[in-house]
Amino acid sequence: MPALTIDRLKAYYVNEHFGLKREVRAVDDISLVVRRNEIYGLAGESSSGKTSLIKTLAGAIRPPMRVIDGSVRFNFGGESVDVYRQPDRMRQARWRHLSYIMQGSMNVLNPVRRVKHSFRDFAFRHMDPNRDFQDRVVEHLRRLQLAPGVLEAYPHQLSGGMRQRLTIALATICEPEFIVADEPTTALDVLVQQDVLALIKEVQRRLRSSVVFVTHDMSVHAAITDRLGVMYAGRLVEEGPTARIFAEPQHPYTAHLIASLPRIGDARIRRSLPGKPPALSDPPSGCRFHPRCPLAIARCIKEVPEMLPSATGGRVACHRAGEAEVT
Amino acid sequence: MSAHVLQLDHVSKRFAIGGFFSRQKLQAVNDVSFTLSADRPEIFAVVGESGSGKSTIANMILGTELPSSGELRFDGRDIATLRSRRDREAFIAKVQPVFQNPFEAFNPLTRIDEYLFATARRFKAARSFDQKQHLADEALQRVGLSLAEIRGRFPHELSGGQLQRVAVARALIPEPKLIVADEPVSMIDASLRMSIVNLFRGLRDELKVSIVYITHDLATAYYIADRIIIMRKGVVVEQGQTRAVLDNPTHPYSIALKNAVLPPDPAQASAIIRARETHMHLP
Repeated sequence: MPALTIDRLKAYYVNEHFGLKREVRAVDDISLVVRRNEIYGLAGESSSGKTSLIKTLAGAIRPPMRVIDGSVRFNFGGESVDVYRQPDRMRQARWRHLSYIMQGSMNVLNPVRRVKHSFRDFAFRHMDPNRDFQDRVVEHLRRLQLAPGVLEAYPHQLSGGMRQRLTIALATICEPEFIVADEPTTALDVLVQQDVLALIKEVQRRLRSSVVFVTHDMSVHAAITDRLGVMYAGRLVEEGPTARIFAEPQHPYTAHLIASLPRIGDARIRRSLPGKPPALSDPPSGCRFHPRCPLAIARCIKEVPEMLPSATGGRVACHRAGEAEVT
Repeated sequence: MSAHVLQLDHVSKRFAIGGFFSRQKLQAVNDVSFTLSADRPEIFAVVGESGSGKSTIANMILGTELPSSGELRFDGRDIATLRSRRDREAFIAKVQPVFQNPFEAFNPLTRIDEYLFATARRFKAARSFDQKQHLADEALQRVGLSLAEIRGRFPHELSGGQLQRVAVARALIPEPKLIVADEPVSMIDASLRMSIVNLFRGLRDELKVSIVYITHDLATAYYIADRIIIMRKGVVVEQGQTRAVLDNPTHPYSIALKNAVLPPDPAQASAIIRARETHMHLP
C-alpha cells in the first residue's frame, strides 16, 4: 500500500458575496500516489496551487477553502486513514506520523521562548511518556549533529541555517512516516542550503519515511527528489522519475522550465515564455497552458487533456506530449 | 564629461551596532574599488551571500548611504558633494533603482500608472497629461508592455514579472545612465525570470544603460554580467570578467560559492548532496 493516495482531489476557495459565487480552483482534479521511502517533489510557480495542495493533503485547510470532491488517504503503520472522513484519527496522527518542515523557521520556533520549549510544545504529547523527554531530545539532536546547547538559546540568537536545522529536528523527533516540506531551503544562503538538503535526505534515508518536497527551484528538485510532479494553474501536468523528466520532459511547460535554467559554463540566450500564469478564478478553457504554449493546436483550446502514461515511465497531461524540445 | 560613469575609490562603510555601552563597529564594506566606463555600457554583477555588504554598496551608489571613507564618484563628481537640491535631482535622475520585491516597492493602494506619471512630472518636467502619458507609454513599450495594459491597475492585479517590468519602465523614464538592480529576479517566478534578465541585456545593448546587478545567484550572473566582483564580509575576494572568474575561480571562497550552486542536472546535483551527507555520518 502506498504511503499517500490522493484521488481526484478538488479543493476550491469558495466566496459568496451577495449571492455572487466566486470559485478559485486552487487544486483541480489531482490524483497522485506517494510511495513509502521516497522523496516526491512538487514543482510549480507561485499560485500554481502547490501550497494549496499540501495544505489540503495535510487536512490543514480553513474556510473559504473547501474540499469539493475526491479523497486523501494516508497509510500510517499499515492502517489507512482518510483525512476528511476520519478527522479524529488524523488529529492523533499529527506530528507522530505526519509532520511538516516549513519555510520560515521563525514561524515555527516561538520567538519569545527558548528552543527547548518549542520542542516541548510540539512533541511532548506525542512521545512515549515513560522515557525522559529531555534525554530523547538531546539524543535526537546528537544524531543530527547539532549541539544540545542550542536548546537553551532563543531563536533570534541562532543563524538562519541553524534555525532551519532545528525545525528539521523538530519535525523528525517523533520519527514520522510522512513529512511535508514546504520550501525549506528557499530563504537560506547557497552554502547553507546544501547542508540542509543533505540533512533532510539523510534523515529520510534513516527513517525510511516518505517526503513531499515543495519548491519552485528546479535545481533543488534535481538534487534530492526521486519522483517529480509539475503543477500549472491548479493541475498536475506532468509526473515521473526526476532523472527522466530532466532528460526528456514530455510537457511543453516542463520543457520550458528546464530549458530556461541558467547554468554556469553555458551562456547561450534563453528564451522566456510569453504571457503570465492564469488567474485561477478564471482559468483558460481546455488545457490551461494553451495561451502560452508554443505547440498549442485547436484541440488544446477545447479539450482538457487527461493525465495519461508517458513515454518516460510517468504520466503527462498534454495533447502534444513528447513533442517539446529542450534547447 | 568623464570617462567613467561610476568610480568607487577605496570605499568603506562602517556601522555602529549595539547600545551605548555595548557599542561595536561593523565593517559592512571594506576598501572596495571599481569603475564603470562611460563609453562602453556593461552589466556589472556584485555577488555574495547575505551579510557580504552587497546591498550596502547598492545604497551607497544610490546616494542613500554615504561611505565612511573613500570616494564614490558619478560622472566624475563625488556623490558626497551633491548638496543642493538641483544637484541631487539631477543625480537621482541619472541613477535609478530597481528593487527586489516589486510587491513591496509599489504601494498596494496606489494605481501603478500614477508612479509613472509622477516620475515623468518630476524628472522630465512633463506638465500636460498628454506628455506624461506619452513618456509612460514609451517607457512601457521598451519593457514589452503598454500603457493601455496597465492603466488604472493596482499592483495586485499584475504578476510579479509584469510588476517588475513596470518598475524597470519607471526607472527608464528619466533616461538614466546607471540602473542599480538589487536582487531584481529573486522574487520572480521561474517562467518569467528570464524575461526580466533578458530585458536588462536589452537595456545595455539598445539604450546603452550601465547596470549594477546585485545578486546571490551565480548562474544568472554568469548568464548576463560582463564583469563580476565576489564579496565576502565586505571584502572583494575576486573580480574580473564574469566568464573567466566563474569558469576558473581561484579564491577558496569563490570556489566554495561556485560549488554550492546546484546544477539543474539530477545526476550531478544528487552527487553533490551525497558527498555532503557522507561527511555527516549519522548513526
